[in-house]
Amino acid sequence: MTITIDANEVDRRLLMDRSLAGRRAFTLPGSDVPEQSLPDSSLLREDVELPEISQLEVIRYFSVLSQLNFSIDTNFYPLGSCTMKYNPKINDELSSLPGLSDIHPLQPDETVQGAIRLMKDLQDDLGEITGLPGVSLAPLAGAQGEYAGLLVARAYHASRHDEKRTIAIVPDSAHGTNPASAAMAGLEVVTVRSDEQGNVDVENLRELVNEKTAVFMLTMPSTLGLFEPNILDITNIIHDAGGLVYADGANLNALLGLVKLGDLGVDICHSNLHKTFSTPHGGGGPGSGPVMVSSELAKFLPTPVAEQTDHGYVLSQPAMSVGSINGFHGSFSIVVRAFAYIKALGCEGLKSVSENAIIGANYIQSKLKDKYSIVADRYCMHETVLSAANQKKRGVSGLDIAKRLLDFGIHAPTMYFPLIVEEALMVEPTESESKETLDHFIAVMRQIDDEIDRSPELIFDAPHELPVKRLDEVAAVRKPVLRWSPEG
Amino acid sequence: MKTLDNHPYIPATAAERVEMLRASGVDSLDGLLGDIPVEHRNPKINLDTGLSEQELSELFNSIASTNASPSNGYISFLGAGSYQHYIPSTVRSILQRGEFVTAYTPYQPEAAQGTLQVGFEFQTVTCQLTGMEVANAGMYDGPTAFAEACLMSVRVTRRNKVGVLTTADRRLTDTFVAYSKYQGLELVEISPDITEIPKDLACIAIQSPNFFGAIEDVERLTTVAHSNGALSIVHVNPTALGMFKSPGEYGVDIVTAEGQPLGVPMAFGGPYVGLFACKKVHIRQMPGRIIGRTTDTQGRVGYALTLQTREQHIRRERATSNICTSTQLMGLMVTVYTATLGKQGIKDVANLCYQKAHYAASEIDKLNNFSIEPRGTFFHEFVVNCPVPPREINAALLKRNILGGLDISDRSENGMLICVTETILKHDIDRLVSALSEIGSSL
Amino acid sequence: MYPSDLKYSKEHEWVRMNGNIAEIGVTVFAQESLGDVVFVELPAVGSSVVQFEKFGEIESVKAVSDLFSPVEGTIVEVNSAAIDSPEVVNEEPYGIGWLIKVELSNTDQLDALMDATSYESILQ
Repeated sequence: MTITIDANEVDRRLLMDRSLAGRRAFTLPGSDVPEQSLPDSSLLREDVELPEISQLEVIRYFSVLSQLNFSIDTNFYPLGSCTMKYNPKINDELSSLPGLSDIHPLQPDETVQGAIRLMKDLQDDLGEITGLPGVSLAPLAGAQGEYAGLLVARAYHASRHDEKRTIAIVPDSAHGTNPASAAMAGLEVVTVRSDEQGNVDVENLRELVNEKTAVFMLTMPSTLGLFEPNILDITNIIHDAGGLVYADGANLNALLGLVKLGDLGVDICHSNLHKTFSTPHGGGGPGSGPVMVSSELAKFLPTPVAEQTDHGYVLSQPAMSVGSINGFHGSFSIVVRAFAYIKALGCEGLKSVSENAIIGANYIQSKLKDKYSIVADRYCMHETVLSAANQKKRGVSGLDIAKRLLDFGIHAPTMYFPLIVEEALMVEPTESESKETLDHFIAVMRQIDDEIDRSPELIFDAPHELPVKRLDEVAAVRKPVLRWSPEG
Repeated sequence: MKTLDNHPYIPATAAERVEMLRASGVDSLDGLLGDIPVEHRNPKINLDTGLSEQELSELFNSIASTNASPSNGYISFLGAGSYQHYIPSTVRSILQRGEFVTAYTPYQPEAAQGTLQVGFEFQTVTCQLTGMEVANAGMYDGPTAFAEACLMSVRVTRRNKVGVLTTADRRLTDTFVAYSKYQGLELVEISPDITEIPKDLACIAIQSPNFFGAIEDVERLTTVAHSNGALSIVHVNPTALGMFKSPGEYGVDIVTAEGQPLGVPMAFGGPYVGLFACKKVHIRQMPGRIIGRTTDTQGRVGYALTLQTREQHIRRERATSNICTSTQLMGLMVTVYTATLGKQGIKDVANLCYQKAHYAASEIDKLNNFSIEPRGTFFHEFVVNCPVPPREINAALLKRNILGGLDISDRSENGMLICVTETILKHDIDRLVSALSEIGSSL
Repeated sequence: MYPSDLKYSKEHEWVRMNGNIAEIGVTVFAQESLGDVVFVELPAVGSSVVQFEKFGEIESVKAVSDLFSPVEGTIVEVNSAAIDSPEVVNEEPYGIGWLIKVELSNTDQLDALMDATSYESILQ
């Protein structure tokens, strides 16, 4: 019998399938204290079924797995709304410094003055950048920042005995966390339409606001990558009705030094440090989603807020705080990285970030809009939403194009979002990418469009060059296998 | 304000910018910014100018050196939700892999098999430790996982009162309160001795080891919960699961944990990762990301996000949660940590913590002015009753470069919660004991 | 595609009458626009449904749709085959892929539904 081994096959066996009794990757020191009696054996367990493998195998297993990933370090990753910019290596190094990575969250304030001061300085910088000076770094991700912001809005209305305000108005282009967070905050979600230019339909908004409007949630720039030209009218309409304006700052990378949200009448916003401020996405977190508010709302912020007092820096609870939304003080080592990023760029550098991000996105849009349609023929901000509607008519979907891009080593754009654009492909190049990379992307997108008529099978069957081809996601749901088991 | 040229993070040259602007049909950047109200464009931003990498390094080293930490000679006996454990070199090494660190959420599974397979391993580890059937790919941290578990019990039972044991950490209950503020739910505090519960309770939520370090009678409380149609939720310390029976063996419905002790630095409180596991029957009510195994068009094994209709990007305001991260990088650290420690190592680390904590407790209990509060079997944390308010003791300890235990006098008179892990040597424990002896006799 | 012996609602459910028992499922149009059905959530036998109000949910990999009852009455049977093997909804939406059977409180309500021709016309 001959066994054929495929030269390209990656060994995908799980850790438990590599386990061999007696192997070890690690030893612990022996106990240096007199032996203590163990608790009643009825409380104790036998073994925990963890793998038994050598140290080299641990390293090789995870190293080989890592090579199955696309990442910013290895690929162009124009994933819209996710701001996949360069994650500076120095930031990782600084966040793991002794004195920052090994301090306990419940140490007395006087023993962690450097850490609290760093938080305070980042709060100030974020307040300055957004024009909203009340800042809490507590939220652990954008969705938590959003929820915290909505709690602040509710607390504000409650403090005015205006508790009938239970409606959140959300544009039809909004990210899914907006309505999900609003529902968590007990708000009823009402959707406002976008007009044919991709802007909020101001007339529709006027009809929707009333004495029950708690908050209007707007992504700035919008998920279409557009700056809302009627923003001043919008914030006035909401304020006149007694509501607050919440800006989802997921797309803040377009605005650094170009405009402050607070100047536009925004009352509350959050920012994703893992987007605009370059902290790594980690394959799906950790994130950090500081919430910024006007000075009037600062007393409602979630706990804690770093403050400078006569006795030094302290972590404190705002007077009418909405409380603690997680265990400790937020994603501190992410905060460290974001602060390092701001320090490295400084005022001029941050502005240059947004300028270059906008220039790159418009360049791509201008070079592709003859092939891939855009919602409205206008300039975009830091990202452009292309539509594969023309390609769909020729039998190829946005999904197919996304999968074909992977063959060229380019990560797919964000697909099918925002929901209001047919076959949406949302492209965000970021300021980190060189013109050569953008030109390559443009060339590949044009080539794929060409392939539709020339060799469509290349697209339908894509990706060809990756560790796996398209996966059966239907089977994954119908018969879920969610963990290793001895039966395989 | 001039535009900065040639920052190391920004490759476009001035000439390239002009070229790209012209291709877009404008002469200058202002041509692209027409939608921003002109009176608010280019505001003054009061920030410093940028630093070079070397200056950055100097600045952060000086900030770090002002903090008291084990790396500059302090011994710490703090626990209460964040724990100092040795982190093996393998964890730090794999954490250098940019392919893991700088990837996004695995929405394109073909281009994220590394992240996805690690997530599947993480779910496996969570199940093996907790003895549960299914787990998700991770939550933000322990307290948010606990809060989400309570909310999940409300969805499963369609009851609106959440019972939490009085011995649980207030950080857990506070997070639940913040999460449920507008959900019309009621928090009911339950004594660990309870034998009967109200019929309209959605769950009994137990922390074990509890806030005071002691093991709760999870088996009995689970029976009480089930006999009234409520779920049993247990929030565990994962290190303790190296020696104590798993919640799965007691028939618990949902298990949560702070994953930080499994290879994640304390880092002043975050980022951490919440572990979340439950019985399979409840899986559609579980929050968070879930990774499943499947096959590709050629029959090869692969992994992908699954059961996504529970989540906010599809179900929007009716989602099980608004969460859209799984704190995957910390999940990776947990997975490498547990793979490295293995079957023997997880037992050894639990046993070392137990041995050292019990030695410390017995030595402190011998002191004249100090005693150990009797709270039953404990793992690696215990309460010391001090002769004076613990803040005074801690101030004196700090002068000796010792970060004492947490002052919990709000929950136990003159109580100090002390934690001892495997990183603390006998010598350090003896130093603490003699310091306490000195401080006690000088009163 | 749209059998003439069935009645239809604008929410894309069909009804097949058998005495005063209404068998209910989703139409070919509904299952095709949803894609591969992976999960069906149905109410318990004995619970009541209200005409044109939600009685359950049907899911594909990346979409969730509410199911609206075309009739009012009490559920006398739910299709366990649809729950255990949701693909039957794609394969035979008018046959073994049915969802619930409802005992009608009155049959007048059927007048509010469409015949196959009118239903097909609203799909245009």
